[in-house]
Amino acid sequence: MGQKLLLDTVHIENIQTYEGYAKQGGYQAIAKVLKSMSPEEVLEEVKKSGLRGRGGAGFPTGMKWSFIAKPEGVPRYLLCNADESEPGTFKDRYLMEKNPHLLIEGMIVSSFALGCHTSYIYIRGEFMWILHILEKAIAEAYAKGWLGKNIKGSGYDLDLYVSPGAGAYICGEETALIESLEGKRGNPRIKPPFPAIKGLWQSPTVVNNVETLASVVPIINRGGEEYAKIGIGRSTGTKLISACGNVNKPGVYEIELGISVEEFLYSDEYCGGIKGGKRLKACVPGGSSVPILPHYLVTKTAAGEQRLMSYESLSDGGFATGSMLGSGGFIVFDEDQCVVRNTWNFTRFYHHESCGQCSPCREGTGWMEKVLHRIENGHGHMHDLDLLWDVQRKIEGNTICPLGDAAAWPVAAALRHFREEFEWHIKEPIKCLKGNYGLVNEPALAV
Amino acid sequence: MGEIKEFKPEILKEIDRIIKQFPEGNQKSAILRVLHLAQNEFGNWLSADTMDYVARLLHLNPIEVYEVATFYSMYNVKAVGKVVIEVCRTGPCCLVGAENIIRHLENSLEIKPGQTTADGLFTLKTVECLGACGYGPMFQIGETYYENLTEEKVDGILNTFRTAQN
Ligand SMILES: Cc1cc2nc3c(=O)[nH]c(=O)nc-3n(C[C@H](O)[C@H](O)[C@H](O)COP(=O)(O)O)c2cc1C
Ligand code: SF4
Ligand code: FES
Repeated sequence: MGQKLLLDTVHIENIQTYEGYAKQGGYQAIAKVLKSMSPEEVLEEVKKSGLRGRGGAGFPTGMKWSFIAKPEGVPRYLLCNADESEPGTFKDRYLMEKNPHLLIEGMIVSSFALGCHTSYIYIRGEFMWILHILEKAIAEAYAKGWLGKNIKGSGYDLDLYVSPGAGAYICGEETALIESLEGKRGNPRIKPPFPAIKGLWQSPTVVNNVETLASVVPIINRGGEEYAKIGIGRSTGTKLISACGNVNKPGVYEIELGISVEEFLYSDEYCGGIKGGKRLKACVPGGSSVPILPHYLVTKTAAGEQRLMSYESLSDGGFATGSMLGSGGFIVFDEDQCVVRNTWNFTRFYHHESCGQCSPCREGTGWMEKVLHRIENGHGHMHDLDLLWDVQRKIEGNTICPLGDAAAWPVAAALRHFREEFEWHIKEPIKCLKGNYGLVNEPALAV
Repeated sequence: MGEIKEFKPEILKEIDRIIKQFPEGNQKSAILRVLHLAQNEFGNWLSADTMDYVARLLHLNPIEVYEVATFYSMYNVKAVGKVVIEVCRTGPCCLVGAENIIRHLENSLEIKPGQTTADGLFTLKTVECLGACGYGPMFQIGETYYENLTEEKVDGILNTFRTAQN
């Protein structure tokens, strides 16, 4: 059994309440910070922990915090990204629903380290019921003196609020999130300036994922060095993985980074294997934006080594034979699923969610959607495959925000690993409407 | 045009609380949440009247409200039924049968996504991933998530709303 740092207490009945949380050692991290640590010392512990952003990009949190500008007399803001809209990802929801005070405590500690006096949780509008859970917990924290003016006599003031989105995947991108929190359409901003210099209302701002901020609590409680001992290499600590698709036990699991993909996928502690005793066809290990892996690259790398649940191992081989840990949205496909159909579905998603500011993204996602729809419905041509490749390549790297890349990568990876399945759709237009291709063959000369 | 819209006093109080969460002069930040409240209060959708009223409340130009209302998919800018079923159609849910559930909804309600039943009770809307992928197929009605749906479960839910209506 792996260690749990975030979900260790979720099964305790009243953990959602202040009393329940406090009884399990809650609010000890912030008590320790206010009593004996400076903001710089908190930052130092986070740096030592090796914590990397849990929202998808995996950027070191301590380094990100150290970039925040500190001009005199200008407020700074910490924003918690609770937009959770990446298909396959449903971990932050679980954490907030089960253990809201952990996020709140993490935000108080993090706000203190950054010198913020007002912080916001931006939560997707569909999670309105979780917004109510959070507001209730925040009210308790105010009542117990952990929020507001002069917290526990320390002289530190902090206000914490929750603000909803209203259905737009793009608002998970940090500058779109800021625009949305300012009450505007969620159009990403051109960077620079980066939010650390000019963010919310043109003030220095840090945006962090829910899980990232919650992880700060165990880091302070144990010390950064101890936290860094969990995990493997530069993938320190624990990670929430939301498993979905064709597995026996879909759900949210906290793993120690570095366990094998095989254990995660097949052991009863986690996914419990492929549903119905079927064979594994493919896996998208980090949310819909990351490259899909064919069955023969899921549990081992191209070099034949065991694949691990870590930032490095999942991306081993680069995009040629690897993928990414991403947001931890672990999507599993059994042998009866159609990769062409799923690629079309994801592309339709990105087209729908494109904010429309950049033509490569706005037009390119639409093109790819149409071409994929054509292939999936038995009207494809061989040259469509070159067209798809060409369009995705022209989107990647040519847009204001990474949604363009997120739309391009899944198409590129599907074409790279499942070309024979695409070709089959084109050559067998009748058959492809009635059935599925099954498993693709492992290339004979795996490099 | 239309009747004069006015929130109930307790909602006006709530809006006041929300505005105060933002530094003075940034009341525009309250707009998304106020539009959710408006949609709940005034028939599940945002008419031009409703949006104008929200603009007046927040001291904004109406265009600032229209811009936001048309960007975000949760806001209905056309009239909808009493019960809006927002069913997820994204990849992970489709791996576990969302397409069958959508077809079943279309057949049971005799409408396509985007349409409202003749009696004005149900509107069917397909939406993108609602962060419930491990518990699919799923849909949302109001604030409630209905997860791990089967055709039988869907029938039960529809009937509950039909009965409540009568
Ligand atoms: C299109 C798009 C959608 C994103 N959605 C989310 C999201 O829902 N939640 C999240 O935490 N980060 C999301 N991100 C990443 C954020 O921009 C940002 O990197 C993250 O919140 C930083 O937090 P972290 O460093 O703690 O991971 C998204 C990025 C893009 C480009
Ligand atoms: S890449 Fe797409 S989503 Fe991002 S800013 Fe450009 S058009 Fe908008
Ligand atoms: S794909 Fe349906 S909730 Fe995520």
